[in-house]
Amino acid sequence: MALKLYGAPMSTCTSRVLTCLHEKDLDFELVLVDLFAGEHKQPPFLVKNPFGQIPALEDDDLTVFESRAITSYVAEKFKETGYDLTRHQNIKEAALVKVWTEVESQQFHPAIAPIIFQFFVAPLQGNSPDQTIIDANLEKLGKVLDIYEAKLTSTKYLAGDFYSLADLHHLPYAYYLMKTPAASVVNERPHVKAWWEDISTRPAFKKVAEGMNFGEK
Amino acid sequence: MALKLYGAAMSTCTCRVLTCFHEKSLDFELVPVDLYAGEQKQPPFLAKNPFGQIPVLEDDDITLFESRAITSYVAEKFKGTGYDLIRHENLKEAAMVKVWTEVESHRYNPAIVPIVFQFLVAPLQGNSPDQTIIDANLEKLAKVLDIYEARLSSTKYLAGDFYSLADLHHLPYTYYLMKTPAASVVNERPHVKAWWEDISSRPAFKKLTEGMNYVRK
Repeated sequence: MALKLYGAPMSTCTSRVLTCLHEKDLDFELVLVDLFAGEHKQPPFLVKNPFGQIPALEDDDLTVFESRAITSYVAEKFKETGYDLTRHQNIKEAALVKVWTEVESQQFHPAIAPIIFQFFVAPLQGNSPDQTIIDANLEKLGKVLDIYEAKLTSTKYLAGDFYSLADLHHLPYAYYLMKTPAASVVNERPHVKAWWEDISTRPAFKKVAEGMNFGEK
Repeated sequence: MALKLYGAAMSTCTCRVLTCFHEKSLDFELVPVDLYAGEQKQPPFLAKNPFGQIPVLEDDDITLFESRAITSYVAEKFKGTGYDLIRHENLKEAAMVKVWTEVESHRYNPAIVPIVFQFLVAPLQGNSPDQTIIDANLEKLAKVLDIYEARLSSTKYLAGDFYSLADLHHLPYTYYLMKTPAASVVNERPHVKAWWEDISSRPAFKKLTEGMNYVRK
């Protein structure tokens, strides 16, 4: 098995893929990309991903980028190995995994990403977190999580009563959110909070979370 | 076959799904949702999509929302019918379709949506297009299209030398963009322009363009 993941352990998108690889019990090599040196914006790496972002996966002669394309590829190629993240044997369940995977992409992610950026990345660039941006996006995220709260009142996980790739995709950004004052947006919603506590304590993620810090130990 | 699509003929996301249906030569019923009356934000519709957005697909007892989840579901369920949008028999090609589908979701869509909103939707709400927003997003879109230009210099379509779901997902928003002064961002890039002319003249998409206008009839 020749899975090589180019990325960095504190990176949200790398962690999304690492969690998937662990859920599937797959062997792989993590090749570190030096973000602080701008390695991801330089020609050797740009050949792997012209958008200059981590992670990128090499599987023999195939190179895949965009973390959610990588997880989808891995979950499908290795569907018989480890945990079944895509419910491939049940067309209805598989469809709902697709729906809630897109919800993460199109509804959750655009609201949470700017908040994480302000709290964790802006300071690395010498700026204070911009509270206006945080507040505006927390308002959006609150509305999304109101819908999650209602959904999670009737099912244990997002796509149904089974953990799936849809839940997994939320882990890295939500993990960082929970380290900030913005954690209240989760904690104030009991079903969302219970769902978070469940999915974030899965062994596959706990392994990955150990590497997820920006030096604030 | 009991495919029922709830949506509207001018809606970008509805058209994304309609194009997919036509490529697969599928029978379906389009149930109009009255956006001007806010039908999509009212309880009967919210039971289908709690996010209050069109389109929604009902396939017997399965209800799906998020246009890219619907197209993915349809392309997979009916992979043996009509045009093969996902290259299901070739693992490497299928992986490339996943990659460039995610590129559309996370690189292309966030840049183009605000531009199309300013030109097409803001006036319906009584506002002039905000040139600052348009310019900022055109700058982002241009950088993305520079990468597309390089990519399309080596392959005919985004995922390879074959038309796929990845290309299809770009159709509706780009169609509206090309009706505005912002069309130059495509026209200035010869390979992107040629790709656009190719994919937008496919019969499955041309069928829809009659209904794609924001003029209240």
